[in-house]
Amino acid sequence: MLQIRNLHARAGGMDILKGIDLSVEAGEVHAIMGPNGSGKSTLANVLAGRESIEVTQGQVLYEGKDLLAMAPEERAWEGVFLAFQYPVEIPGVSTMYLLKAGLNAIRKHRGEPELDAIEFLAMIKEKVKLVEIEQAFLNRSVNEGFSGGEKKRNEILQMAVLDPALAILDETDSGLDIDALRVVANGVNGLRSAQRSMLVITHYQRLLSYIVPDRVHVLHNGRIVRSGGKELALELEKRGYAWIEQELRRTGAGAAPGA
Amino acid sequence: MTRSTTRTAIGDGERYLAAFARQEKEPSVRRSWTLPLRREAIARFEEIGFPTLQDEEWRKTSVAPILQIPFAPQPAPATNGFTRDVIERYTFEPWDCTHLVFVNGHYTPSLSRLRPLPAGVVVEPLTAALETRRGEIEPHLGHQADGRTHAFAALNTAFLQDGAYVHVPDGIDLEEPLHLLFISTSRGEPMVSYPRNLIVAGKGARVSIVESYVGPHHDQYFTDAVTEIVAGENAAIDHYKLQRESERGYHVAVVKGVLGRYARLGSWNISLGGALVRNDLGVLLDAEGGEVTMDGLYITGGTQHVDNHTLIDHASPHCASHELYKGVLDDRSRGVFDGTIIVRQDAQKSDAHQTNRNLLVSENALVDSTPRLQILADDVKCTHAATIGQIDEDQMFYLRSRAIGKEAARNLLIQAFVSEILHGVKIGPIRAGLECLLFTRLRKGHGAGVEP
Repeated sequence: MLQIRNLHARAGGMDILKGIDLSVEAGEVHAIMGPNGSGKSTLANVLAGRESIEVTQGQVLYEGKDLLAMAPEERAWEGVFLAFQYPVEIPGVSTMYLLKAGLNAIRKHRGEPELDAIEFLAMIKEKVKLVEIEQAFLNRSVNEGFSGGEKKRNEILQMAVLDPALAILDETDSGLDIDALRVVANGVNGLRSAQRSMLVITHYQRLLSYIVPDRVHVLHNGRIVRSGGKELALELEKRGYAWIEQELRRTGAGAAPGA
Repeated sequence: MTRSTTRTAIGDGERYLAAFARQEKEPSVRRSWTLPLRREAIARFEEIGFPTLQDEEWRKTSVAPILQIPFAPQPAPATNGFTRDVIERYTFEPWDCTHLVFVNGHYTPSLSRLRPLPAGVVVEPLTAALETRRGEIEPHLGHQADGRTHAFAALNTAFLQDGAYVHVPDGIDLEEPLHLLFISTSRGEPMVSYPRNLIVAGKGARVSIVESYVGPHHDQYFTDAVTEIVAGENAAIDHYKLQRESERGYHVAVVKGVLGRYARLGSWNISLGGALVRNDLGVLLDAEGGEVTMDGLYITGGTQHVDNHTLIDHASPHCASHELYKGVLDDRSRGVFDGTIIVRQDAQKSDAHQTNRNLLVSENALVDSTPRLQILADDVKCTHAATIGQIDEDQMFYLRSRAIGKEAARNLLIQAFVSEILHGVKIGPIRAGLECLLFTRLRKGHGAGVEP
């Protein structure tokens, strides 16, 4: 599904990713954890195609295709979805319009007929239940004046509608209280399937008690320094990121950039 | 504000003075009671001359291109090849209402469509009304539009041609809008027209008027238009000015309104066409409780230059003004917004808000935004904001990550930007038509897109 090989990337004049290697198989959920500034969001954004991030080295294969050669919309057509850490407000464009335009662009790309207004509404009616959103909410401008929780639920709704093969959730738990977190996590769990892979990026273990990953990777200073099963998240929660740094220092790996 | 006495190059104004001398000899003009008004106006024009870049009010807009072309008025009415379907060609969709059609400044009855109006309502060509309704017209004509400082307003009065006279008497609600369609063509030689409208609404009267200025692609002409609006006590007037001139057309327009006690004016100034466009919109809140909403939209491409000057004069207490002008500028086009709000000393409890937002969609487009607030009263609420920005990269990325292509995303953001203005347009066919026009234009890329 997704193979990341020796990925290096720069943003804002700084080397952020310094050689990421990661493989995700179809249907797997991988968690990427790491302290602030470790490169988690950069990884998410580079996979979705944000142009302000420059890939300096490496390769990303998505279903065997060169993902990095594709424009952001092409990636979306091919089934890549990014749930934003900070969903963008777009005054004057309703969520309904955005989703219909997006979904129909994907369908067109797949050679499927576009949904008309009635078919689209029928589909939306089902999807809103998943994230406990009032349908009327979708007539409002995208994310404008939404609370943090509403924005994140809207991201998951969009994921449900666009039905991606690879979903990247960038700190979807940040800024959520426990109730909102539960709603969002339930929404995500409802979308787990044998065909859909997910990269769940988070600072805290908390989210992973709800969305239980198949694999956990720890990102530190632009590299994956440790990978393991779901128990790795619990260990991190107990011992903190300082533990990873101590471990790295002890083994002499990753102490200095480029080491 | 300082006024420069620098005259423009000799010869620029001479052509118009000579044309006036010829006009004075025409029997119809010689006989008309408007002659002293015209003479006074041309004398003022001779005195002030065409504005130059040294004039504070014209600092950002050079009228030199207009002066270099020997524009001449079309001497007599003619359809210029337009047929009955002309209204459909220039309205966006079939629109059942009264349409007065003017071709190169002349009222053209064969192209117009008149519908029955409530008793007492007058909607007729100004030239006709000048003859038969002098008593009604004389107190207003030339009293709002200031020909003393505005050379083009002075020329319009001097060469006053035709337009609409609308009078809605006390208490009458004219539910159907009125459409005034001004078509200009060049007929192989550069034409000038001087449309002149006078709109008078009595106590509690309600009326909605749309002025459209259009012209066929590639035609070169000059429109020098003036509209005066008088809203009586408790009157409510909606005024739409849709400028869709040819991409080689020049357009200078003055719209002036005066509001009585608790009168309300809604003004929509939408500018899509024209090579060089200058609008001066002014509203005098002359009595207690008046309220004006001024919405403006300019969408420019190519090398278009569009300048909107607005003036809201809070001369009385308890008046409100809400102004929102938005511009989308593409290619090498240039926009100017200059908005003055005056709150006079005794205009306490004034509530004035001005916003100008600009979206530059090309690196070579340029806009100047100048808010001018002169607050002389102390108990007022007054705000202003001006922004000039580009398409937001985060919004672009967000839309593209949602499978929307780059061009579509850009167009969607432009549409979203202008939707705030278009949603406020109360006349359904106009709103739908503008949305459609904008959509087509964005699809094509850019350009004046004047031709329907």
